[in-house]
Amino acid sequence: MAGIEHPRSTINDHPSTSLNEFLQQIINGLSLGAFYALIALGYTMVYGVLRFINFAHGDIFMIGAFCGYYLTPRLMPYFSGGSAPLGVAAVLLLTMAICALLGMTIEKLAYRPLRSQPRLTVLITAIGVSLFLEYGGQFVFGADPKGFPDLVVDRAIEGTGALTITTAQLAAFLISIGLLIGLSLIVKRTKLGMAMRAVSNNATAAMLMGVNIDTVISFTFGLGSALAGAAGILYAISYPSIDPLMGILPGIKAFVAAVLGGIGNIPGAAVGGILLGIVETFVGGSQFSSYRDAIAFAVLIIILLFRPAGLFGKTQVEKV
Amino acid sequence: MKHRHVKQLGLIAAVLLSALASAYSGSINSYYLQVIIFVGINIVLAVSLNLINGYTGQFSLGHAGFMAIGAYVSAYLSTEQSAGVFNALGGVGTLSIAAVFLGALLLGGIAAAIAGLAVGIPSLRLKGDYLAIVTLGFGEIIRVLIQTTEAVGGARGYSGIANYTTLFWTYTIAALTVYIVLSLIDSTYGRGFLTVRDDEIAAEAIGINTTRYKVTAFTLGAFFAGIAGGLYAHTTTYINPSGFDFQLSIQIVIMVILGGMGSTWGVVLAAIVLTLLLEYLRFVAGYEWLPDLVRRIAANRTIIFSLVLIGLMLLRPQGLFGALPRMGGAAKRVREPRRRHKPDEPGPGATR
Repeated sequence: MAGIEHPRSTINDHPSTSLNEFLQQIINGLSLGAFYALIALGYTMVYGVLRFINFAHGDIFMIGAFCGYYLTPRLMPYFSGGSAPLGVAAVLLLTMAICALLGMTIEKLAYRPLRSQPRLTVLITAIGVSLFLEYGGQFVFGADPKGFPDLVVDRAIEGTGALTITTAQLAAFLISIGLLIGLSLIVKRTKLGMAMRAVSNNATAAMLMGVNIDTVISFTFGLGSALAGAAGILYAISYPSIDPLMGILPGIKAFVAAVLGGIGNIPGAAVGGILLGIVETFVGGSQFSSYRDAIAFAVLIIILLFRPAGLFGKTQVEKV
Repeated sequence: MKHRHVKQLGLIAAVLLSALASAYSGSINSYYLQVIIFVGINIVLAVSLNLINGYTGQFSLGHAGFMAIGAYVSAYLSTEQSAGVFNALGGVGTLSIAAVFLGALLLGGIAAAIAGLAVGIPSLRLKGDYLAIVTLGFGEIIRVLIQTTEAVGGARGYSGIANYTTLFWTYTIAALTVYIVLSLIDSTYGRGFLTVRDDEIAAEAIGINTTRYKVTAFTLGAFFAGIAGGLYAHTTTYINPSGFDFQLSIQIVIMVILGGMGSTWGVVLAAIVLTLLLEYLRFVAGYEWLPDLVRRIAANRTIIFSLVLIGLMLLRPQGLFGALPRMGGAAKRVREPRRRHKPDEPGPGATR
């Protein structure tokens, strides 16, 4: 496909600035990758416990952005001046809570009744839910793009030399790292996290050991949706034009990131997201920039053809 | 034997009927004519996708991509490469137009079939949701490639295509598609498609070459989608890559699901009803006497689709006309008592 192995830029060919150019692309790629990583985690966790791809996950990301759109003007006036970071945290946490609730509701209404059905039925339902959120979103929010309010004022941070790091990038990156650490603590240190890992390892055995599968699945959906909601806000800070269909492409790309890292593997999803973000940024800055949106799919096809278990996944053998 | 003759008579009747209808097409309002042609094109698309998704059980979300290839190849041929053919056949006449049009359609179909072959290869090792995403990815890659091909207008779209698609050609091709798919599935060879869907491992165990069946389904399905694309291009006379995105694929999938995967007649009916319904809702949105909310929902037609899709899966997953007698395995699974949780299934990405 369109040369992933050409990470050179046509914008600036001057030799002394090419290193800066390279670092700049890495920074842009990291901040883009952070969004993919946050969304990919939801895919991978749900896949871990349910063995199914939640097609509607990208649309939760969109709902998150719209939560931010409506919450910011209502909450931010209470946090002026120095307490602005607290306001950002409030908007972020409230959005995550709303998205978690939404994810759990979708699971309960649409997916739980189908748990014993063939997986294809659930997949089709997920496509239906995805369409419902997208076009329901157009119905409720309107189809035209909206400008996202200045939750974090996006400006270049000074004192970074020739490199440009914007406040939005920095905030997105720091918050993503914080959320990733929080998630890994939840999964590794809490009882529910342990139950999640148990269900993902062997659902039947976990059930026999007294793990309440319904609770675990609901919790997993909530956790994944909260992260997607947070990603929605962070994305909207960097790319402040939001519309109800904005979740489709990042959703699919994040899914690719999850597969790249090995679906079902939580650290793998984070690494896959960052990798995909960097690859995409480099392609976007090269002469193949018009192929940018096709890159994720090319990566997906290559990975599935040559290493279907992903970079960090383990190969499973199908049993009759 | 008798059964087969019924099908052949049906085919001849359908062709004659479309010829008759075509003779009077001049007196039909051009908007209605366009809608009727779209119904026919959607029948071809849905029935051919049903061969992949319904009969063979491979969930493809890339049908719009194949359609795009057929549309662009045939449009390019009939626009840029037809002068020589017209000269050789002695000018532009009814016969030479038919020759150019059918030739372009056929080559467009073949180009799409080659792409189908390329997509069929990954389908050998992928299943279910993975396959769905990969086919979706292929469809999007095709779209991006067309978008960057300046010879066919790139992102601006391709215009100035001759209006060759008639009622006759559309419905003759639709009838042929239905006939070929039905005959194929009823043949001894065609039963193999159903075994691949119902139980791949058992099929392999009794000596069915599942690989070949899957690739055949993809290639044949893509061929018809390409032809449908050609018909589409030559009736709208303008095509744009963004018109062939995966929303279109999902729309065709919805027709197949609604009609019942693996029921050709159900799918034909679903294609007719959905196409007409979509058009009708356009008018509903304009009816002043309806409550505002109803009109707004009608204007936003996809919401209704999504709710129908979710409701259908919850209440009747085999589709409205799901062919229960033939869907032994799947139907039994539907009736099976509900288990709390499926024991550890292997991942679809798992290698065999």
